Amino acid sequence: MDDHDAHDVAQARAGSELAFRRLVERHARGVFQLAFRLTGSEPDADDVVQETFLKAYRELKRFEARSSFRTWVHRITVNCAYDMLRQRPRHRGESLDAGPANAPAGGIELEADGTSWPDRLAFGAEIQGRVRAALDLLTPTERTAFVLRHFEGRSLEEIGEALGLRTGATKHSIFRAVQKMRRALAPLVDPATPGKAEQELRPFQVQP
Amino acid sequence: MNLNHLTEEQLVLHHYGDAGDEAEAASVAGHLRECPACQAELDGLLRALSAANQLAVPDPGESYGARVFARIQPSLAKGWPGWRDRLASPKPGWILAGRRWAWAGGAAALVVAAFVAGDRVAHRQPAPAAVPQAAQRRGTEAQAGTTPTGAEERGSTAPAEPASAVAAADRERVRAGVLLVAVSGHLERSEVALSELVNSPRGPEVDISEERGRARDLVAENRLYRQTALAAGEPAVAGLLDDLERALVEVANGPSRMNEAEFDRVRRRIVQQDILFKIRVFGERVREAEGRPAAGSGLRG
Repeated sequence: MDDHDAHDVAQARAGSELAFRRLVERHARGVFQLAFRLTGSEPDADDVVQETFLKAYRELKRFEARSSFRTWVHRITVNCAYDMLRQRPRHRGESLDAGPANAPAGGIELEADGTSWPDRLAFGAEIQGRVRAALDLLTPTERTAFVLRHFEGRSLEEIGEALGLRTGATKHSIFRAVQKMRRALAPLVDPATPGKAEQELRPFQVQP
Repeated sequence: MNLNHLTEEQLVLHHYGDAGDEAEAASVAGHLRECPACQAELDGLLRALSAANQLAVPDPGESYGARVFARIQPSLAKGWPGWRDRLASPKPGWILAGRRWAWAGGAAALVVAAFVAGDRVAHRQPAPAAVPQAAQRRGTEAQAGTTPTGAEERGSTAPAEPASAVAAADRERVRAGVLLVAVSGHLERSEVALSELVNSPRGPEVDISEERGRARDLVAENRLYRQTALAAGEPAVAGLLDDLERALVEVANGPSRMNEAEFDRVRRRIVQQDILFKIRVFGERVREAEGRPAAGSGLRG
């Protein structure tokens, strides 16, 4: 564990609010980013952040320092966000059925290295909206599994532990999430070329 | 070439490195090299995931942590597993037994708490002319290390006071309130530290380095509070802090690793001093004085 964290955790466990404040100040942004990806909403992410640190404060005595404070507090974040996702009504965000009004013909192409978009993609907001809407199509379990695997790089075991799933079910949740994401984003990313992918993805139908 | 195309699930798992064992992963990779259709399928998948990567995450800013803390801070005081929770939590039998026989010795602590949290404030309204003198006297006595008694101050109470005296009395109340809150927080932290120590798992060698470090911090804090309590004319609070200081000093100055017999001796002394019990009673009285519900617990007594 980071030396500063270890020191502040020990002090906070002894009752130092100041030490706990330092922990909050050091980790709140990372927790917010994770919470935002999990919930897709700033106000919800804010709520998750607050609940996370309140829980961390209450549970600090149980923290055994086998993992880093960051890992531990992120685990609490996942639990809080997962609970929130399960409690809030599912919403679609914006409609996906209309297709991308501003998408260039032939879909969006990646640069040769596959990691960045060409400058001609002036409709970044469209992509943002599409991705958010696609994530909103996922069930809480799928969304949490996808965020943890894709964005956070967590192992199947860690994700399974967080969600209470066996490895097979965890794999399936990730697959289902990616499948839904791909279908929802197909009009943006798949060029109108014949082939297996097109047969499968066009025209896509959003499954409720 | 294997004519059986890879399934979408195989591609997803392959992308994340979750395809299975090495042989299976190599088989999928080999198929992709030889099958343009499956490679195209994988490319489509990667484009979708690359689009997902475009999801912007707002940066709440560098001061976000401070803002979060400001929002949760009022709840921390309530949420800290304080007097009520710890009283309600199960304790080892020897602590319960100690608490029961400690009632007689704890009567003094109850007097302390009643003095501090009860109608002390109502009786501490010095006469107009006595206010500066009383304050001056406290300062002098604090420097000299002597302690004024509550009886002396109560004797100077006037039945009717002008506005300046009321204001002075208000300041006294605020000061007393601040001291009470500050000391109760310190006592609670000390109780946590000592409770953890006495509940440490026993063994041939007991490592109390963490508790020892906390005790050192608490000793310094304790001295300040004790001196403040003396200067404020709170000998009973100062006495409680004096008892606590002895326990803390013993831990702070002791070895960080002890054999079982040494550890038992330290633990026994802490238990026999009733310091944890006195602190808990003090906390209960503070809570009552603040109008909060007392920690109803069948464990007491």
